[in-house]
Amino acid sequence: MNDAVLTVLIAMLGGAIRVSTPFMFVALGECLTEKSGRVNLGLEGTLVLGAMVAYAASYHTGSPWLGVLAAGVAGAALGAMHGAICGLPKVNDVAVGIAMMLFGVGIAFFFGKPYIQPTAPRLDSISLGFWSDSPSLKSALEVNPLFFVGVVIAVALAWALRNTRWGLVVRTVGDSAPAARAMGLSVNLVRFLTTSVGGFLAGAGGAFLSLSYPGSWNQGLSSGQGLMAVALVIFARWSPVRCVYAALLFGAAGALGPSLQSIGITQGYYFFNAAPYILTLVIMIATSSATHSARDMPGELTMAK
Amino acid sequence: MSEPHISRRALIRTTALGLAGAAFTAGGLGRAFAAGDLTVGVVYVGARDDFGWNQAHAVAIKALKDVPGVKVVEEENVPETDAVSKSMESMVNLDGAGLILATSFGYYTPFVVDLARKYPDVEFRHAAPLWNKDKDPKNAGSYFGYLNQAHYVNGVAAGLSTKSNKLGFVAAKPIASVLSNINSFLLGARSVNPKATVQVIFTGDWSLPVREAEAANALVDAGADVITCHVDGPKVVIETAEKRGAKSCGHNASQAPLAPKGFVTGAEYKWETIYKGYAADIAAGKTPPNFIAGGYEVDFVRNTPFGAGATPEARKAALAAIEGLKAGKPIYVGPLRDNKGKVAIDKTYGNLDPFLDRMDYLLEGVVGSTT
Repeated sequence: MNDAVLTVLIAMLGGAIRVSTPFMFVALGECLTEKSGRVNLGLEGTLVLGAMVAYAASYHTGSPWLGVLAAGVAGAALGAMHGAICGLPKVNDVAVGIAMMLFGVGIAFFFGKPYIQPTAPRLDSISLGFWSDSPSLKSALEVNPLFFVGVVIAVALAWALRNTRWGLVVRTVGDSAPAARAMGLSVNLVRFLTTSVGGFLAGAGGAFLSLSYPGSWNQGLSSGQGLMAVALVIFARWSPVRCVYAALLFGAAGALGPSLQSIGITQGYYFFNAAPYILTLVIMIATSSATHSARDMPGELTMAK
Repeated sequence: MSEPHISRRALIRTTALGLAGAAFTAGGLGRAFAAGDLTVGVVYVGARDDFGWNQAHAVAIKALKDVPGVKVVEEENVPETDAVSKSMESMVNLDGAGLILATSFGYYTPFVVDLARKYPDVEFRHAAPLWNKDKDPKNAGSYFGYLNQAHYVNGVAAGLSTKSNKLGFVAAKPIASVLSNINSFLLGARSVNPKATVQVIFTGDWSLPVREAEAANALVDAGADVITCHVDGPKVVIETAEKRGAKSCGHNASQAPLAPKGFVTGAEYKWETIYKGYAADIAAGKTPPNFIAGGYEVDFVRNTPFGAGATPEARKAALAAIEGLKAGKPIYVGPLRDNKGKVAIDKTYGNLDPFLDRMDYLLEGVVGSTT
């Protein structure tokens, strides 16, 4: 029985590391965008487009890292589009986001057709399990460099938002547009930039899907992870570092269903497959408070108004 | 892809078996056939090159294009909604299609049925055993392949290619056609290796690439060294198994190029037998059969050529198993118990017996649960 528990724990560790990266990137991108007071719901489309562009670029250039860069640029382009459109008067950012999501998925499928069959070079992982004899632990500790990049970005973003002038600008725009205007800041320009950078991160997260795990391009690749990641930002209460924890937790909970079945606990797998969502709900209920529930929410968000 | 709710075999038996069992509709042939050349309209629910269900159809359609006098119009990514009606209708009206092949489960009711009523001169055929002789139009029909026979052959090859005697199966949903593939895979493996067990993981839906990869990883972590699957696009499962150094067996279409080191063999449909039969019938001025279904005995399924993962013994035994299936040798030799200890199959049943269509259990030797 101890072996079985160990198998599940190792699988959850592996799952946390393998599955969390795209959640982390999308959530970080969305976190930055929302900090400036705008919601970009289109990141699911950005994620899928990023996955496609990364695979295509890696296939043509032979370099997966160029693929990641290309995915980021494609994501930034979608983000810039969202940012520019929402800068027009009387435009609702949620509605534009949904349109951008369909647009991103659509062009990814359209241009992605020829890349379903060929095999592109993937991102190599770093083996951190060299000290262990257990093949499952070794496999769980095959960590993709993008994972560490994501963690570093999260810490840097948290620090920059708190301690730099740029961070102050973003937070001011996000909390009170009139105050920002009074300071002489261009609200639209700041939001345009944060949405573009957010798009870049989400696109790079898509590159992880197609170039690392599961590591191939096809049309059902994302199955809604971009949408979940947007929800994770609320769950993480707009803190980049908490976004990382949330993504890890979500990845680990997602590994629970398959790994329990693999050790023979096969009853109720629909319930275990729903574990990430149940967990999210439980934690949200547990941490909510009637008096200061919106404490961390940027004041300019549509949902805060 | 789901369990049939009518007894398709009973239907076949009332006419005759397999291809020979062409149920000719009363009345003559309509204008669509009089034109001489035949235009075939094909609708797919996904991409034609998905390494799975749609690709299996597309490969067969490619073979159909080589038949003289046959023109093909295709449309992919057609959702199982009103959109498929529009696609099919434009194929009839704008392209002059005389035969429509609707290749996804959800196309049938109400879309194919309604259009068949509206265009009685056009033949509609649908890739799931749903056509009802009493209720549905005579110019509609169904065709289906018994892929579990090819999964049985997968099992034979896997049973002799494993070292751990643990085989892994990533499955989408616990419906009859999926359970039948899992059980046949087990019986194939047990027929040559009595110590073999099959560990199954259900993902819960037809296309969830990340969870499929997680499931394949979990199976390898639990000691399985040959992995197979029944999901819409097996690409991710096969690639993950290859990455982890496990062997793999395919499903639906050929995944051999995805696993140069570990591929054993795969269960594939051979739709071209059916499609070429339809084209030949129409060229000869006959109405194609309303209902056909079968496996190896009528050449509707096949196995992918062996990959590097198949041992010499596995190849030999698998080829022998194929010969047996062609001759109608039964897979389900009873009595057989399910994995809760109850007798699930009381006696030996023929491979096309309707009793097996109602399968809702996993046999002894399968580790897993349907709920």
